Amino acid sequence: MTAVQSAPVAGRPAGRAEVSDRSRAERRLGLLLSAPAVLVMLVVTAYPLFNALYLSLFSYRLTAPDDRRFVWFGNYATALSDPLFWQDVLTTFLVTAITVVVELVIGFALAMVMHRALFMRRTVRTAILLPYGIVTVISAFAWRYAFDLQSGFVNQWFGLGDYAWFSGRWSSLSVIILSEIWKTTPFVSLLLLAGLAQVPRDLGEAATVDGATAWQRLWRVTVPNMKAAILVAVLFRTLDAWRIFDNVFVMTSGQQHTETLSFLTYRQTISRTAIGLGDAVGVLLFLSVVLIAVVFIRGFRVDLSQVRGDR
Amino acid sequence: MESTRASRFRGRGPESQGAGAKKAGAKEGGSQGVGARGEKSLWIAASVLILVWTVFPILWIVMLSFKRPGEIGNSRGFLPEHWTWDNYRTVFRTDLFTSALINSIGISLIATFVGVVFATLVAYAIARLEFPGKKTILSFALAIAMFPVVSLVGPLFNLWRDVGLYDTWPGLIIPYISFALPLAIWTLSAFFREIPWEMEQAAQVDGATTWQAFRKVIVPLAAPGVFTAAILTFFFCWNDFVFGISLTSTDSARPVPAALAFFSGASQFQQPTTAICAAAVVVTVPVIVIVLLFQRRIVAGLTSGAVKG
Repeated sequence: MTAVQSAPVAGRPAGRAEVSDRSRAERRLGLLLSAPAVLVMLVVTAYPLFNALYLSLFSYRLTAPDDRRFVWFGNYATALSDPLFWQDVLTTFLVTAITVVVELVIGFALAMVMHRALFMRRTVRTAILLPYGIVTVISAFAWRYAFDLQSGFVNQWFGLGDYAWFSGRWSSLSVIILSEIWKTTPFVSLLLLAGLAQVPRDLGEAATVDGATAWQRLWRVTVPNMKAAILVAVLFRTLDAWRIFDNVFVMTSGQQHTETLSFLTYRQTISRTAIGLGDAVGVLLFLSVVLIAVVFIRGFRVDLSQVRGDR
Repeated sequence: MESTRASRFRGRGPESQGAGAKKAGAKEGGSQGVGARGEKSLWIAASVLILVWTVFPILWIVMLSFKRPGEIGNSRGFLPEHWTWDNYRTVFRTDLFTSALINSIGISLIATFVGVVFATLVAYAIARLEFPGKKTILSFALAIAMFPVVSLVGPLFNLWRDVGLYDTWPGLIIPYISFALPLAIWTLSAFFREIPWEMEQAAQVDGATTWQAFRKVIVPLAAPGVFTAAILTFFFCWNDFVFGISLTSTDSARPVPAALAFFSGASQFQQPTTAICAAAVVVTVPVIVIVLLFQRRIVAGLTSGAVKG
């Protein structure tokens, strides 16, 4: 029998030398098995991140490599003093706040239906998974074409005539938000469903016996008991919505002041090849994500050992 | 430690969750008596509403894909006036799309395979072995899952051009693996923690060889988890857009979502709307098939270990 197949036995009094030998082998195997995954993740994140930090201190355009100059935090000053940057921050914030709140409400309703409905249970769950599986770009095209003046049925159905959705900031953002909500609410609802399944059933029954209304049961029993699931869903969706990119790209390409932080970073680094400035914005985006995560984990005490990763 | 694992296995397997809820629901439905009928139709109405909401945009894309290109701009109905397969013919005759389709399939499958193998190794180590850094690995994976991908695209763009990975399959496969790994690692370690590994020893006591015990006992128990992780990883790769547009420049590696976005820009005399929709339907079909076949697995994968009881 090898070390792998035996259960951990550290701390057993007998045969101490043998145990430490075995645990050493186990350690080595554990690290060996984890190595490939950790290495790939490091290559794609750690190096580029440090590279971005470094290059963000230079004035550097790919089109003029010889003009590369060290400018300290000049790029950060440029970005932070540009009203466009703050407009993008506001757009990103609004999109995130609205999608997360709406998705939480709809997601909860969906979870309730999936949890309680006895009929078409399978069908509903399958249907819920469809938006989750659909490519975000395709969801964006579907909603864009639905609201589009040339092809869309929305204006005709709702008697809006020639209302041009994509010529105004707020109307464009509404469609972007709608597509985002359609695509990602299923994920929220599944996390909440898992939370619902863990609310002790007898608690609700006891509350009913004590004369609690359905509304009171929801707020006093169900929600407090699934707080962990709600916080996890909110954390993941906030960070996911904060980097919204695909929908904006397909719908407006950042026109009509719908640009988000991710889109600004992309536009600077890839489209304009302004590496230094773009990387500075990218680093700021990264820092904002860290900030949000810290606020959630410290402020709301989301226990990360209770969380599993997701996009 | 082993005993808590074993009891958690009994307590809440990913599959038992649904069954438990169903049973409890049935009980309640029965006890509600007369008022239950009204409630029943309410739930049915809610279910139908959900069906419409989730299926409608997909149906819309399908309708658009059957319209004649000339219909765009002239009629704005939901249904096509004249049904036609022309868009599908156009799409499959367009090199931009066919090569993108091959790229998407190849890159996603390779990334899924490698990613799931790597994730299985890590998850096995985390579930079964005692070694320092377990928590660090899980936290690191979580951090990567939250990473704003766009921040890395600029530096990766430069790095890939320096090492010759720009606009190649591996140039996309490597980032896909690393960003799909967190999801796969967390799903798989949640699954592996539920497996009663003692059964392997029990089989050996009963006279099975190490290999037999592994193949006949552990593999069947672990396979559903691995398979679920593979589905979720594949969805992730299939969905990617940011890397697709940033790290490719020609059709030698550009995947479908990126190709679709650029296809829309290249409109000359005819609206590309209907052709884009036909292409969109083609790449949505595999997703729908996977969802229909493996609904239970995907739900279990997305919810297992989401929150500890």
